[in-house]
Amino acid sequence: MTLRRVIFLITAAVLAVGIYAGLQHSQRNAATSAKSSAGSRLPVSSANRPAAPELAFTDINGATVRTADYKGKVVLVNFWAAWCVPCAEEVPQFVALQKKYQEQGLQVIGISVEDDAGKLRDFCREHQVNYPIVPSDLRIADAFGGVLGLPTTFVIGRDSRIHGKQEGTVDFPKLEHEVVALLGPDAR
Amino acid sequence: MAGFLQGLGWDRRSSCRRWPAVMAVVAAMVLTAVAYAGAPAGDIPSGSLVQPQELAQALKSGEKPVVLYVGPKQFYVQAHIPGAEDMGAVGQPEGMAKLRARAAWLPKDGPVVIYCGCCPWDRCPNIRPAFAELKKLGFSKVRVLYIEKGFGVDWAEKGLPVAKGE
Repeated sequence: MTLRRVIFLITAAVLAVGIYAGLQHSQRNAATSAKSSAGSRLPVSSANRPAAPELAFTDINGATVRTADYKGKVVLVNFWAAWCVPCAEEVPQFVALQKKYQEQGLQVIGISVEDDAGKLRDFCREHQVNYPIVPSDLRIADAFGGVLGLPTTFVIGRDSRIHGKQEGTVDFPKLEHEVVALLGPDAR
Repeated sequence: MAGFLQGLGWDRRSSCRRWPAVMAVVAAMVLTAVAYAGAPAGDIPSGSLVQPQELAQALKSGEKPVVLYVGPKQFYVQAHIPGAEDMGAVGQPEGMAKLRARAAWLPKDGPVVIYCGCCPWDRCPNIRPAFAELKKLGFSKVRVLYIEKGFGVDWAEKGLPVAKGE
């Protein structure tokens, strides 16, 4: 076997290993993304669902938002940021949920963490956000028991109790299913 | 095909001689790509990562690394690794300036660990700029705490130590 042929065989073997490793990495990334996209879900049993905090805050348009005004509704509180790419990618789906179930009693509230005010307004205008966007502060995060990463979404039932907390990106089909269940017969 | 290539100036005899060298270069490129692709951080090599449990152990030892938090301040105040210094979000100019100012006072050959955990690892806007900057400044022992989903899920909720406040 000539030297040239040996080099060729070795190089071909390295290429094959490289392609295999690349495929494995892509599959691993896809699995990680699927896991990440499911987020970390903390279902809260009916026995000890904490009461949702009652807060008043000012949204990005200067309007006062009071959570007490949403009593009797199903409320999704989404901690996010326009600088957080996976958070921003979820916004159109929250907009769609709000549009689809608003009449039946759904209210989405977006709590934005450390966003530049001007860029946040531009983002919301561009994406035609149809729910209040409130700049976050420690008081709001503490009221929800602490929010240590984004996105984090709380699901509040008509009973004004927290039915779930999702850390990480949302599984929207699952979330919609839960929203419909919480809205009750009005949603169907 | 051979006629087409010869029309482009490809000389079969001389190309055959260069063929092993070309394939060796391609193989080297593939190996380099695989080395980077194998790391969960993409452009942060695996050897520069530290897992949460490993860092928690190191913080109990005599040779603690300097720990720098490079994410949004609001998360730091709620919970951070005890002893970690807050740089703010290094993806923003103010945070990067603070990191550079702090780095000027640190020994370039001392152990440094940076972390964020603001959002899923592969989309974090802070950790890669922070790592790249410290490497550019000549830090030879800088490592990155690997936080896959978020600081809450991967550190605090695992029972690892946290401190609160500024």
